[in-house]
Amino acid sequence: MIKSSSAAPEKEIVTSVSKLNGKTPSGDLNDKWSKYKSSIKLVNPANKRKFNVIVVGTGLAGASASATLAELGYNVKTFCIQDTPRRAHSIAAQGGINAAKNYQNDGDSVHRLFIDTIKGGDYRAREANVHRLAEISTSIIDQCVAQGVPFARDYGGLLTNRSFGGAQVSRTFYARGQTGQQLLLGAYSSMMRQAAKKQIDFYPNREMLDLILVDGVARGIVVRNLKTGEIESHTAEAVVLCTGGYGNVYYLSTNGKGSNATAAWRCHQKGALMANPCFAQIHPTCIPASGDFQSKLTLMSESLRNDGRVWVPKSQEDKREPDLIPDSDRDYFLERMYPAYGNLVPRDVGSRAIKRVCDDGLGLEPTGKAVYLDFGSAIDRLGNKNISEKYGNLFDMYQTITGDSPYKKPMKIYPAIHYIMGGLWVDYDLMSNIPGLFVLGEANFSDHGANRLGASALMQGLADGYFVIPYTLGNYLASNSFEPVSQNSEEVKEGVEFAKNKSKSLMNIKGSSTVLELHRELGAVMWDLVGMSRTKESLTEAIEKIPQIKEKFWNDLKIVGDDSNLNKALENAGRLADFIELGELMATDALNREESCGAHFREEYQTEEGEPLRNDGQFDFVAAWEYVPNGNPILHKEDLDYKFVEMTQRNYK
Amino acid sequence: MADKLNLQLQVWRQDSSEATGEFHYYSMKDVPVDISFLEMLDILNEDLTKDGIMPISFDSDCREGICGTCGFVINGIAHGPEKKTTVCQLHMRHFKDGDTLVIEPFRATPFKIVRDLVVDRSSFDRIIQAGGFISANTGNAPDANSILISKDQVEDAFDSAACIGCGACVASCPNASGALFTSAKISHLSKLPQGKVEASERVTNMVKTMDSEGFGSCSNHAECEAVCPKGISISNIALMRKSLLKSII
Ligand SMILES: Cc1cc2nc3c(=O)[nH]c(=O)nc-3n(C[C@H](O)[C@H](O)[C@H](O)COP(=O)(O)OP(=O)(O)OC[C@H]3O[C@@H](n4cnc5c(N)ncnc54)[C@H](O)[C@@H]3O)c2cc1C
Ligand code: FES
Repeated sequence: MIKSSSAAPEKEIVTSVSKLNGKTPSGDLNDKWSKYKSSIKLVNPANKRKFNVIVVGTGLAGASASATLAELGYNVKTFCIQDTPRRAHSIAAQGGINAAKNYQNDGDSVHRLFIDTIKGGDYRAREANVHRLAEISTSIIDQCVAQGVPFARDYGGLLTNRSFGGAQVSRTFYARGQTGQQLLLGAYSSMMRQAAKKQIDFYPNREMLDLILVDGVARGIVVRNLKTGEIESHTAEAVVLCTGGYGNVYYLSTNGKGSNATAAWRCHQKGALMANPCFAQIHPTCIPASGDFQSKLTLMSESLRNDGRVWVPKSQEDKREPDLIPDSDRDYFLERMYPAYGNLVPRDVGSRAIKRVCDDGLGLEPTGKAVYLDFGSAIDRLGNKNISEKYGNLFDMYQTITGDSPYKKPMKIYPAIHYIMGGLWVDYDLMSNIPGLFVLGEANFSDHGANRLGASALMQGLADGYFVIPYTLGNYLASNSFEPVSQNSEEVKEGVEFAKNKSKSLMNIKGSSTVLELHRELGAVMWDLVGMSRTKESLTEAIEKIPQIKEKFWNDLKIVGDDSNLNKALENAGRLADFIELGELMATDALNREESCGAHFREEYQTEEGEPLRNDGQFDFVAAWEYVPNGNPILHKEDLDYKFVEMTQRNYK
Repeated sequence: MADKLNLQLQVWRQDSSEATGEFHYYSMKDVPVDISFLEMLDILNEDLTKDGIMPISFDSDCREGICGTCGFVINGIAHGPEKKTTVCQLHMRHFKDGDTLVIEPFRATPFKIVRDLVVDRSSFDRIIQAGGFISANTGNAPDANSILISKDQVEDAFDSAACIGCGACVASCPNASGALFTSAKISHLSKLPQGKVEASERVTNMVKTMDSEGFGSCSNHAECEAVCPKGISISNIALMRKSLLKSII
């Protein structure tokens, strides 16, 4: 491949001249997916059982993909790190799932969901993928109801909706504040049904540590049995990676403690491109950190902004209890700054506004890093009972953690890392640049551009798993021929060796810093320098500091015990090693993107009002990075080339 | 209330399923009251690691009370003293300075100890495999609004569906019964019109598997309901018995 050198700031970035091709089908946007489906190659029903498919991950994406592929007749092997598939991180999603059903007759349509998602993502997502997602959205709700998901209903027995940020229609379906739980249990139960039929073999307590490539094609994985420490290899005709997001690179995030980048990163090291890794979403409404021992941050669902109003006292000196501060002395700053969307602005916009008022010294005591989310007027209008029906479990959770009741006192909230838009690069088929390696759900980069709208991750995970992969994987399997891969092949043995050595080398460092200490150190660098707002200086500093953490990690890590049985510190150490490398790539990506878009806010590039200033001429591309061992990554670009939507400046005012 | 606590911990340590376990004793100083129980154990584990002692293995993931990963027994009560709270959501403000806390894994024949406080709950997956689903292949579903379900009915089903599968019910039952877990899934599905078609087969198969996995039978102690972090009601067990009878007749 010919490479050209473009002088990016300080760090020299080598850019590949050949452009990446997303393989979007031709034709009108509305017809692409249906045309695709009717023109692909199919695997005949009797042949499906000859194909083995590995699915890694059992969140919404992995569980729905496993169940659906098994229903079709493929032999599925499914892996997850938890002790049962039902505990995947998707279980924690609270607020809801979008779908363009237009049950509310409020003007929703596939087109409007498509436009909202594209605009919400600040024009950095691929048009055709997003349109497909909007088209599929309606079938997801049907499928989930058929499985017994108890979505909220009205007195007449019909489904009801709530509103989420970045939309002016009510299209979010919800199951109390536990939507992710109910959707995942639905997908999990379908998976268990197939497991009973022996159509799925599932392997809990397994962590994928390597991807097996044969002649450049994904043919299997190497996993560690987390209970016994054994290293196992599994081969198949295709690998479907559904391993979720990597928000924990920041140490504190709303993600589950086990959420990690390891599977994705090992694929990256084997050649899979990592796209837009710096696009990390910060959620405006989380419970603020209380002290040094904080192990994670708890989200307070966006749905709360349907009725909660965000404010701070107008004056820095005003130390009165919130209920003693009259309306005239409060600044409902989101309503003031964005009258059209008010409290329901997209997450990136809301988070930055909160940060700004806190940076201006108006944040609440004791840390100065909190604002009120107040239900007072909603309770006056609707009554406690009504509010409790809608948000009861969230209010209880808030009270459990903070000791304060939101019925009596406004919540205190502050932004926190929540979701990763970036991820492994995939084409329209959701296949990475490695043939046979498909990537679904939060682990891929494709649908949310530079910012995800609330209630759209669940939609995407289930769209990918229930309705996209059954078609695109079938097409791949039908179009290629496969030689069997022996367990004794060099490729398999190498993978196993690699995984064994990795554990051994971590155990052998025998230094004095714990995984937690080093992870906190990385998290602080990431949050301060590659966080909510970024500058050339901060990113350059991060790129200097992260290798120092890496150095310390590999020289001074301390793990007690051994690698031949359950050892949580060893698991976490392996994940941290990958987070460190990923963190550096995120900083590099953020430094290279000399514009602001969505959640990626570079202070140098903003409008007079402080809104992100995109640079469409120069940066309307997907930045997909190639791993270079011990060297600088190579940048591959996919031009976004919008054909159906006009890129405009987002305006939520 | 003091904002820092001094505590005595008595923790079950066991290296593997086969090993014999025993209690180990640890003193904790200046534990902030605002942190969670698991964060308190995180601190202890940091200290143990520094001293070259194997940290205590315990499971957790969401730390928000929804994934059902965490769970052990504190002073004889599964998930500790607070009602409707998982250990990950239990905060130290509920304890007193000078308290002694005895921490043990969930003990029950069907839950083998893996290490320290981590137990194997895979029997729950096998119970679900026996029938805890509605047979609806992807792509077959009618429009979601074509099935009318009253608000009360769906809320009632939800109350059963809220189970997080943590296993506290089993650990607190003198018979190590899996009845609350099993009946919650059976009720969730059979309370909905979509789930009625397979109701009789479901209850028969799930109960059979529950028995064969080594769970004891329910003799109405109701300890399960008392410790359930999600407040799953034992009325689910009554419903399960009723449908089981119906399916036999
Ligand atoms: C608190 C919270 C609330 C949210 N609320 C909403 C909401 O209301 N609406 C919405 O749309 N989105 C919401 N989101 C986002 C959404 O939940 C996630 O983006 C989505 O669930 C991700 O699903 P997934 O299937 O891609 O991955 P996950 O659910 O994260 O699953 C990852 C799977 O991969 C497995 N895995 C990971 N690494 C490995 C490895 N190395 N080897 C083997 N297996 C591995 C794990 O075991 C797990 O099974 C929320 C997120 C959080 C954190
Ligand atoms: S860790 Fe998820 S319920 Fe406690």
